[in-house]
Amino acid sequence: MNKFFAITLLVAALALAACAAPPAQPTSAPPTAAPAAQPTSAPAAQPTTAPAAEPVTLTIESWRNDDIKIWQDQIIPAFEKSHPGIKVQFQPSAPTEYNAALNTKLEGGTAGDLITCRPFDNSLTLYQKGYLAKLNDLKGMSDFSDVAKSAWITDDGKDAFCVPMASVIHGFIYNQEAFDKLGLKVPTTEAEFFQVLDAIKKDGTYTPLVMGTADQWEAATMGFQNIGPNYWKGEEGRNALIKGTAKFTDAPYVDTWAELAKWKDYLPAGFEAIKYPDAQSYFALGKGAIYPAGSWDITTFNDQAKFKFSAFKPPVPNAGDQCYISDHTDIALGMNSKSKNPEAAKAFLEWVATPEFAEIYSNALPGFFTLQNAKVDLKDPVAKEFVSWRDQCKSTIRNSYQILSRGDPNLENELWRLSAGVINGTITPEEAGKEAQAGLDKWYKPQ
Amino acid sequence: MQTPNVHKSRSFPWHILVFLAPAVIVYTVFMIIPLIDSLRLSLYAITPDHQEVFNGLNNYVVLLTDPRWSAAFQNAFWNNVKFFIVHMVVQNSIGLLLASLLVAGGRARSVYRTLIFAPTVLSVVIIGFIWNLILSPLWGVGEGILKAVGLGALFAPWLGLASSALTTLSLISVWQFIGIPMLLFYVALLGIPEELMEAARVDGAGGWTAFWRIKFPLILPTVGIVAILTFVGNFNAFDLIYTVKGAQAGPQFATDIMGTFFYRTFFGSQLQLGNPAMGATVAGMMLFIILAGVAVYLFFWQRRIATYDL
Repeated sequence: MNKFFAITLLVAALALAACAAPPAQPTSAPPTAAPAAQPTSAPAAQPTTAPAAEPVTLTIESWRNDDIKIWQDQIIPAFEKSHPGIKVQFQPSAPTEYNAALNTKLEGGTAGDLITCRPFDNSLTLYQKGYLAKLNDLKGMSDFSDVAKSAWITDDGKDAFCVPMASVIHGFIYNQEAFDKLGLKVPTTEAEFFQVLDAIKKDGTYTPLVMGTADQWEAATMGFQNIGPNYWKGEEGRNALIKGTAKFTDAPYVDTWAELAKWKDYLPAGFEAIKYPDAQSYFALGKGAIYPAGSWDITTFNDQAKFKFSAFKPPVPNAGDQCYISDHTDIALGMNSKSKNPEAAKAFLEWVATPEFAEIYSNALPGFFTLQNAKVDLKDPVAKEFVSWRDQCKSTIRNSYQILSRGDPNLENELWRLSAGVINGTITPEEAGKEAQAGLDKWYKPQ
Repeated sequence: MQTPNVHKSRSFPWHILVFLAPAVIVYTVFMIIPLIDSLRLSLYAITPDHQEVFNGLNNYVVLLTDPRWSAAFQNAFWNNVKFFIVHMVVQNSIGLLLASLLVAGGRARSVYRTLIFAPTVLSVVIIGFIWNLILSPLWGVGEGILKAVGLGALFAPWLGLASSALTTLSLISVWQFIGIPMLLFYVALLGIPEELMEAARVDGAGGWTAFWRIKFPLILPTVGIVAILTFVGNFNAFDLIYTVKGAQAGPQFATDIMGTFFYRTFFGSQLQLGNPAMGATVAGMMLFIILAGVAVYLFFWQRRIATYDL
């Protein structure tokens, strides 16, 4: 009896252990639901056109599950109107699960026709593995600048594989009612920034700065990459890191962390356990005064906040300094090379490269700014404020995205951990600089 | 009519194969093959142009000796040990206590039994979400409850602090799974014949003595089973940490356990690309750790303890 029991247990243990074995599908990657073919009335609506063959259905993979309504109500209908015979389905997954889920789907051959591209290496790897189609000859690709295309092109600059859709800009969103009530002016220098924070703290009605560090990325993305470009002079500093002429132990980086460390006193109580959606809701409820933001937050606050809000750009260290902003190439659209409807997918991508799409997209999603050369008229006042900084300041992208996050330890993930640690007060700015550089030195040989 | 005697020459026992087949096939396809393939992959390296190259035990050497990998591995391992210790100490002893109380009787016994077991059948995602809300420093009821009993000053953002995050998560997991050891102990205690207890009482044993001298030795086999189930479950744990803290298991990897370490390595996270070979190596180490635990159970515990036929 005992022996039988022992064997059963051993088998059970093996079974449980096997759950950890990689080829088992991760629970976070739901199998793609087969796009339900919709024999809708598309041909009937267009009686004059030649009776279209079976309508083709395209599926878009995306991590922007926040945008599902906009795609379904505005973008897709506009496309379907001008392209009868093609149906489009937007099929997003959660942002944190997108990369893993997409990889699994591509390997299993169940991914959609159109793939929303993360910037730089994630998409580059997909292209190198042959999952993304080459788009050099796509009509409309010439309407994007080299900087716009830089995030979705091979290292030698020859092959483009995604159509740039939008960039996001960092800054601070503030509660205008709170500022008016306390008689505060928008800060332009770092000293003014902390004066404003002190004044809000003294008054006590509002939490001065609304952010949490529980998810870690906010600390890096809305903190470090938001205020940092002013210190490391945007592209100059970013390229210097890649060339190896600058190090994270240098003053600009340590100073950025030193300023972040000062945020601690102005954050809500228990910020260490506050997650990103909690911080969003807290600010949207009007309980906070200033919110370190990505421009994508505009949509959320337009929906949820009942007060007037606006934005200011990251304050410069000293009055009169040249300002720099993080204008990060964030999102693009590529084509699954194994798509069963390549012609229809191409037609959609060509449409994405038109000013018509740029206009709909930028206005439907204030906070995602088109990367097209053509000027687009923005209607949202806060989005207009964000994009106006492009004319006053020099733009750069997040310094960990190009090349520097290829190795192990991964620089972007290290910046999350270190920036959150600095704000939590468990790591000093100097230590953060040392650890980031030590991690990079492990694998990176400057070019 | 003459019936042909088909059983004269014993034919091949097909029925055994037929009955075994479903389990063997399903288990082989979904468990054994992936497990072996995972172990195979852990012996390979993946080149920049995505070719698999045989690499011997190199991955294991790197994982255990390369400072960068071994630091992460050891951190995950020791966190996992802590996770296990909290479960052993808190979950299993309280589980035993609850089981003893249930056996002692009382009219609401079945109500309690059901209530205490209820969280076990809930989805981990829901558990993680609920506790995140309860403990939220912004709108959690946790702080309010503590204040109501005059302990408001004790409240801290436990899930966010490196010092308390892992313990908090362990306790959440204990809260969820306490029903399992409770039920196992409950069943074992129910199996002890009443005559034994009567005899003990006649011999003058009080409740305390009777429990430790009679009941506990009799349920020792169950204690072993609970311990090994906890061990295997804990070293395979992943979902709660991933749900509450994400793949980066923050702050400062304070809540990183083998499961999240494996996930991050194999699938990657954010800009970090997945490394299937090293991921398989981590999975291999998890398997060996679990096998070692099971071996200790089988060869030491099982052989040492006396079992009694009741």
